[in-house]
Amino acid sequence: MTEYKSGSNLEKVLKAGYFAFTGECGPPRGANVEVVRKKAQHLKGCVDAVNVTDNQTAVVRMSSWAACLILKEEGLDPNFQMVCRDRNRLAMQSDILGISAHGIKNMLCLSGDHQRFGDHPEAKNVYDIDSIQLISMVKKMRDEGAFLNGEKIDVPPKIFIGAACNPFAEPLEFRVYRLKKKIDAGADFIQTQCIYNMKRFREFMKRVVDMGLHERCYILAGITPLKSVGMARYMATQVPGMDVPEELIKRLRGAGKGKAAEEGIKIAVEQIQELKEMEGVAGVHLMAIEWEHRVPEIAKLAGMLPRPKVE
Amino acid sequence: MIIAEAKPISEILEMVKDFSKILVVGCKGCVTVCNVGGAKEVAILASSIRIGMRKKGKEVEVGEITLERQCDPEYIEELRDIIKDYDAVVSIACGVGPQFIAERYPDIMVFPGVNTKFMGGAIEHGVWAERCAGCGQCVIHYYGTMCPIARCSKSLMNGPCGGSNHGKCEVSPEIDCIWDKIVRKMMAQGRLEELLKIRPPKSWLTARDGGPRKMVREELAK
Amino acid sequence: MQDFRPKIIAFYCSNCASSAAKIANKMNLYLPEEVKLINVPCTGRIEILHLLKAFENGADGVCVFGCQEDSCQYINGILKLKKRVEHVKKMLEEMGIEPDRIEVFSLYAGKGQDFVDIAKEMVNKINQLGPIF
Repeated sequence: MTEYKSGSNLEKVLKAGYFAFTGECGPPRGANVEVVRKKAQHLKGCVDAVNVTDNQTAVVRMSSWAACLILKEEGLDPNFQMVCRDRNRLAMQSDILGISAHGIKNMLCLSGDHQRFGDHPEAKNVYDIDSIQLISMVKKMRDEGAFLNGEKIDVPPKIFIGAACNPFAEPLEFRVYRLKKKIDAGADFIQTQCIYNMKRFREFMKRVVDMGLHERCYILAGITPLKSVGMARYMATQVPGMDVPEELIKRLRGAGKGKAAEEGIKIAVEQIQELKEMEGVAGVHLMAIEWEHRVPEIAKLAGMLPRPKVE
Repeated sequence: MIIAEAKPISEILEMVKDFSKILVVGCKGCVTVCNVGGAKEVAILASSIRIGMRKKGKEVEVGEITLERQCDPEYIEELRDIIKDYDAVVSIACGVGPQFIAERYPDIMVFPGVNTKFMGGAIEHGVWAERCAGCGQCVIHYYGTMCPIARCSKSLMNGPCGGSNHGKCEVSPEIDCIWDKIVRKMMAQGRLEELLKIRPPKSWLTARDGGPRKMVREELAK
Repeated sequence: MQDFRPKIIAFYCSNCASSAAKIANKMNLYLPEEVKLINVPCTGRIEILHLLKAFENGADGVCVFGCQEDSCQYINGILKLKKRVEHVKKMLEEMGIEPDRIEVFSLYAGKGQDFVDIAKEMVNKINQLGPIF
């Protein structure tokens, strides 16, 4: 029998050597359970795990763990995202115990967008610990059965630990080292920021492979299909650390009126097919923002269906 | 030094509107250096209060004095005979000053005339920037002698985050990404190995989080 | 209101503005009586406090005559002064006083007529605004 760190579906799929495919679900700005269930239905059977964002872009939403529970009821494997902006080490550890108690087995550790971007810019932020320290804390809780202060945990949490990586953010030369730090801290898997410049990502992955990082951690490449020329322009100019090559924008524009979305999906599918063959890449993380209903068709076109079942 | 900025005169006029004898107290310490609370600014504020109150239809007497420091009881003592002639004080020292005056002279109303901002220095004439968060346990030498607690918007001890943008912070193009500077300097100095060490969570016990702070030095205390 | 005779303090620098004043004099052009002149070596020497003191001591309006921005003998005196005047305008506004009561003008050394015309304009403006208090 295989030894698992958490036994989550994502961990099982990766460990069995399959090319993983994960999705994303943003909780609603309200207590609307039906919205979550509907998004879950689109994703079910198409992805191995679903990230649930934690007050993404510093905008208040239904709590990540609560939306994770709904997804779990719908038969999905949730990936609980936690940011360092809103919780101190006490709240973090208690939430980690809480999700584990409810059978949520994946967690993504993030710094979080600064609250000045969000809907409550007057808020006091926390940043008691940073994302790398959060990774080590979860690892310590799981592997040593101890809280951050060293005290023993009665039934430690079982968590498959994730972390983020932005290969294109500055300072560029340090990004692979920061990835290494996250892996050293205890990340089991990495989900990258959206990739559009495949050439630069290939170069990045070469460095990752040269350093042997892909052997210590599963690296899932982030893909966000472009819905329109406007979205591509926005990503290119307004989002820090995002590299959208001009030829992609041209290609979207060239698709003609009303056809940019289809072209965007075509591009995403081509990217996934290329990533499947790329050394060191263990899967794709598809962030189809408010486009969950298009995930089944992307999964199908990219040849990601059916998803494997690992017992 | 401690950097402060003048409160809008309208806010100060609202504070003192019920008083007719007002003493403006400056400080020759940090606030003189950052051009907000020295003798010159005392004169400007006193004149503004006179003009502003006259505009409201009220003649007031405004006294002016600038103390050596407002964070030392011995200098606060110098107000003893003067303060009796006034019914309100506006201190334009940092937040320490008005509290020291109010502690020593509990019967008089003391108002803050400035907003105390941060610990920092002048990066050019008329421009000040934050450098220290007073966390009580300095480790800036790990970071190319640049403080990520005070100067990173997220106080990351293992930065930089993904929001670093052309050397600027994701929060605002006005803010330098200190982690960009740290990484570049450390790499230029051949100190990458040090940056690869995972810095553990900080104890905030020595910071404000551990409760209001007090320091006793036995060799100095009576 | 009809009896209102505004008091205006006009600071002027000893360079451009001063020559303009001299030329005005030669042309037999005279300043309105309401304007009281104060000569300064350079407008850059005028502090915020000087401007406020004028109002505190009874001026209804204050104006400053200085050099063109690119011809200050002390490099940037007039630019410094302009920033201070902007600051005082904000302060006046916060006190409920019309910011138009203070203005700064860059003069050319040879333009005596401008010197007198601007001063007259200022008197008109303050006349319209009425007494400061």
